[in-house]
Amino acid sequence: MPWFIKTKTEREAQKEISDDIWEKCNKCKAHVFKQDYINNLNVCPKCGSHGKITAYERIGMTLDSGTFKELNETISPADPLGFIDGKGPYTAKVDQARKKTGLNEAVVTGTGKINEIAVVIAVMDFRFLGGSLGSATGEKILLASNYACEHKLPYIIFSASGGARMHEGILSLMQMAKTCAGIARLDEKQLPFISVLTDPTTGGVSASYAMVGDVNIAEPGALVGFAGRRVIEQTIKQKLPDSFQTSEFVLEHGFLDMVVHRKDLKNTLSGILSYYNR
Amino acid sequence: MSEFDFEKPVAEMEKAIEKLKNINSDNKTDFNAQLADLEAKLIERKKEIYDNLTPWQTVQVARHQKRPVLFDYIKYIFTDFIELHGDRHFGDDHAMVGGFAKLGNEKVMLIGHSKGKNIEENIKRNFGQAKPEGYRKALRLMRLAEKFNVPVITFVDTQGAFPGLDAEERGQHEAIARNLTEMAKIKVPIITVVTGEGGSGGALGIAVADSVMMLSYAVYSVISPEGCAGILWRDASFSSNAAEALKITAKSLLELGVIDEIIHEPVGGAQTDPQQTAENIKEVVLKQLKKLSAYSATKLLNKRFEKFSAMGKFNR
Ligand SMILES: [Zn+2]
Repeated sequence: MPWFIKTKTEREAQKEISDDIWEKCNKCKAHVFKQDYINNLNVCPKCGSHGKITAYERIGMTLDSGTFKELNETISPADPLGFIDGKGPYTAKVDQARKKTGLNEAVVTGTGKINEIAVVIAVMDFRFLGGSLGSATGEKILLASNYACEHKLPYIIFSASGGARMHEGILSLMQMAKTCAGIARLDEKQLPFISVLTDPTTGGVSASYAMVGDVNIAEPGALVGFAGRRVIEQTIKQKLPDSFQTSEFVLEHGFLDMVVHRKDLKNTLSGILSYYNR
Repeated sequence: MSEFDFEKPVAEMEKAIEKLKNINSDNKTDFNAQLADLEAKLIERKKEIYDNLTPWQTVQVARHQKRPVLFDYIKYIFTDFIELHGDRHFGDDHAMVGGFAKLGNEKVMLIGHSKGKNIEENIKRNFGQAKPEGYRKALRLMRLAEKFNVPVITFVDTQGAFPGLDAEERGQHEAIARNLTEMAKIKVPIITVVTGEGGSGGALGIAVADSVMMLSYAVYSVISPEGCAGILWRDASFSSNAAEALKITAKSLLELGVIDEIIHEPVGGAQTDPQQTAENIKEVVLKQLKKLSAYSATKLLNKRFEKFSAMGKFNR
């Protein structure tokens, strides 16, 4: 066997092993032990960068063990516009996302307890079509807030979304009004709503429920903004600094209450809710 | 005269009519019958074209430079306009205009995006692209309308909320989100007319209404066709495909249940007869006002909640 073929197979084999053992940090590019990374809640042990996590991982680290009861898990996307773009039909993308994630939508909703405080929770999952806000996403978020209203429970939404789901056109835009109408009802009933913004929370999601929490909390270094960086740079014809649209930038400008490390989130949430005195 | 590419088929007819008219006056020969015939055909042909505009062609009409803007409509159908300024926090956004006004005998709070019709005006009004202070001014005026117990009428005409550094710093997301949330609680009727471009969150920020109407050649979309083509086709030259796929015309939106009524505009677009367009808006808005003013505040809010709750299609 010629030497170069041998080298190639070795490298391939090495890569397979490395994917199992190592995790490369998107921020500092360091290779860290995968197990260390997972034990650290997908936060890079070297630089503290908060990596993406799945909805069920989030639920696992937020709710008291065994308390989660899922709501409306069968609600899934339709294809109201019969949308086909340059790469194919929307339905194919949905099928792919469902297969990849095992989820029916970009949000998981349900009830549970945080340090023994009963809550309704909605957790977005970025892996499902970039966490985009479609009709079914909006429906689940609204139904969860309706449930909170009926049962007089606090509502917590973890956002992770690039914004509206273009494949559902105007109906996607309408989900912004729909979800906010649900938040308005909670407010009128004096029920707490806490919004947790994780990487990324942009576009139509930042411009709807994610920004109107009674308390807005973000994870460190998350991308939080309305318009896309490139669109802004083209509009104002200047380069934007790296810090632009980070959690820390948004905190500095007064739109967040705090930026909290993932490991402290659970206790922060229960701490805030412990002051709810109705 | 024809101004759009898709009007080319009638441009020839218009030329022929002009010629006939000139001959008529010079030679006093009787071409009247022929002229009348041609003019009738022209109107028919033009109507046919406008009845069959593609979504992308509709976008061109909606963005026409001479399309009536908010201050045109104020001039044509509103009286006693008392403009109110400022968001009480940062400044006064000229891309968002509002104040008390009378529509017929009805006292209303009028709020709308304000585009200009020339460069100077457009620079002053930021091409109708409001910043957070614009949305906050709009909300302040809606709350004032609630206090004074007068209905709110909003006119939507914007490419979108302004995508700038200052707008981000002052919380464009929060300003729009706040309006969406608070508009669900405003205890007076809210009526929205999309008159030109309904650009995404920037449009919706003043459009959470009990009745939403659209002019027949207006468009309303989650993203511009160019933006969508750039992302999903990776090429802005597919804007026409994106416009088609996004379903952004008044007819499509009526079918999707997003708007309640289409307001007729003249063949050729609102700019060919702004006065008539304005009168059409007035008639429909007054009709909607009459209907909505019969509801109690509780019923109004419940219906508004149900209306937006029902938006969207999905599988259970
Ligand atoms: Zn790192």
